[in-house]
Amino acid sequence: MLVGAGLALFAAVLLLIALGMGTYPLSPGEVIGTLLGTGLDQARLLVVGWRLPRAVFALACGTALAVSGAIFQSLTRNPLGSPDIIGFSSGSYTGAIVMMLGFGSTRYLDVAAASLLGGCITAAAVYLLATRRGAVQSFRLIIMGIGVAALLSSLNSALMLFVDVDTAMLAAVWSAGSLNGLGYEQLWPMLVLLLVMLLALRMILPGVGQLELGDDGARATGVRANATRAGAVVLGVALTALVTAAAGPISFVALAAPQIARRLTRSAGLSLVPAALGGAVVLLASDVLAQKLGFPVGVVTASLGGAYLVWLLAAEFRKRRTL
Amino acid sequence: MSDILNARGLQVGYDNRVISEDVSFDVTAGSYTAIIGPNACGKSTLLRAIARILPTSAGSVLLDGKDISQMRTKHLAQRMGMLPQSSIAPDGIRVADLVARGRHPHQRMFERWSAHDEEAVIQALDATGTTDLSGRLVDELSGGQRQRVWLAMVLAQETPLLLLDEPTTFLDIAHQYGLLELFRRLRDQLGRTIVVVLHDLNQAARYADQLIVMKDGDIVASGPPADVITADLIEDVYGLPCRVVPDPEMSTPVIVPLASLHGRLHVS
Repeated sequence: MLVGAGLALFAAVLLLIALGMGTYPLSPGEVIGTLLGTGLDQARLLVVGWRLPRAVFALACGTALAVSGAIFQSLTRNPLGSPDIIGFSSGSYTGAIVMMLGFGSTRYLDVAAASLLGGCITAAAVYLLATRRGAVQSFRLIIMGIGVAALLSSLNSALMLFVDVDTAMLAAVWSAGSLNGLGYEQLWPMLVLLLVMLLALRMILPGVGQLELGDDGARATGVRANATRAGAVVLGVALTALVTAAAGPISFVALAAPQIARRLTRSAGLSLVPAALGGAVVLLASDVLAQKLGFPVGVVTASLGGAYLVWLLAAEFRKRRTL
Repeated sequence: MSDILNARGLQVGYDNRVISEDVSFDVTAGSYTAIIGPNACGKSTLLRAIARILPTSAGSVLLDGKDISQMRTKHLAQRMGMLPQSSIAPDGIRVADLVARGRHPHQRMFERWSAHDEEAVIQALDATGTTDLSGRLVDELSGGQRQRVWLAMVLAQETPLLLLDEPTTFLDIAHQYGLLELFRRLRDQLGRTIVVVLHDLNQAARYADQLIVMKDGDIVASGPPADVITADLIEDVYGLPCRVVPDPEMSTPVIVPLASLHGRLHVS
């Protein structure tokens, strides 16, 4: 509770900074004034028209990624089992590129649908590869996922070679993962879909939590294990696809944010609200930093997250050796 | 006494391999039933089929006279609790939180944790003597403590019928008896019906009032231990030549292998 309030407060402070930042800097006081409608018209256009959708996008994408990460980490019972590591993000990205380059559409809903499809096909393939004698082994799933992710990233590069230079450049810029140039026309469909998905997830959430007891344990406590897992996988992939379609692949938020939230709340199992708040804070903070440095936000999260991944791998292998 | 469970002509197996062809048996409400048999005879498979964890290809399981294949998953889990062999404790979970997971079948969507949920957890902790452990991390517990915590989780489910799959495996002898005594208390004091898969025949004969003996997927004998356990049956089922003598403490049957087993063991 306290941690949640702290994270929300932190997000609010970041929001004030993000809204005040840019070529025409505004103080937090001026930002609040503008939001309440007492500021200048010009400041209003700047804050509400341009900066607010980007900041809200950062919060929404952070939430979607972190929740997706929390779902897959819970399903695989492993902090490495996040969609950006096990290839599901790469799959959504492949779907998005095929839509953009192959079908020439950059409309948000088209790209989102293609991302979802790409992600779901990848998830199905990884689950199929990881299934042995009717059961999915989580470590096998992670290894398979890493392999599939590597395969897909070379496929993604190959796809770029088939189109003309200008289109490829456009896709390459987008591929770094950036919130640049996003406005209300992408924000509204994204927010509506995010809300629908979070509500759907809320319905199956207790069952997803029970799956952590193992399939037998979940079934014994009244959970339809396979149906619940399938629902969770589709929703998890869909949440990643929402972000990929809008901003390109933003990696490591799904990996790190749920774990940060877990450490802060010292809770076990699947707790979405802290994870979501953690993701929102991480991505908005990364975007503020990215704007200061002039990088795409995906580069910032990848650099910070890369360091975290190295630490996590070291910790995992230390743990395995002591077992 | 009425039956709480009837299995009728069950056929179960994995993939295309049939393990049990045609199994029928009854469990009386309020009984302590032990399923015994050699390794890989299909004991656990049968238990998983009864709990509807494993689908059956033929036959039916009736719980209080109702076919479980027609019951809603949550409703079934309110009537029948199962402690599987392969339970996994979520990383970093505390005892009370794990036991609370047993309340899942009673919770409705968007409904808050109720006072009754809390009470069920407290009672389950109390009945298994794990109240003092409630704040501890499950990973830090000893094997015996952990098994009692898992049992508490199943108890919190508040089901009249408890299915337990080899709960005493990996425990030292004192903890094994502690657990078997605990099942008896649950039966006597809380009125639960116990169906437990056990490896140790002497323990099964000592505690259970009904035995179900399995071999190669079939039930070869069932009834009270004193009637069922004979030297011939044990030799037939386990391939172990033995004598059966009364337990000096309980007068239940005890199996004593013969002095010279050389060349007479029929195990493959």
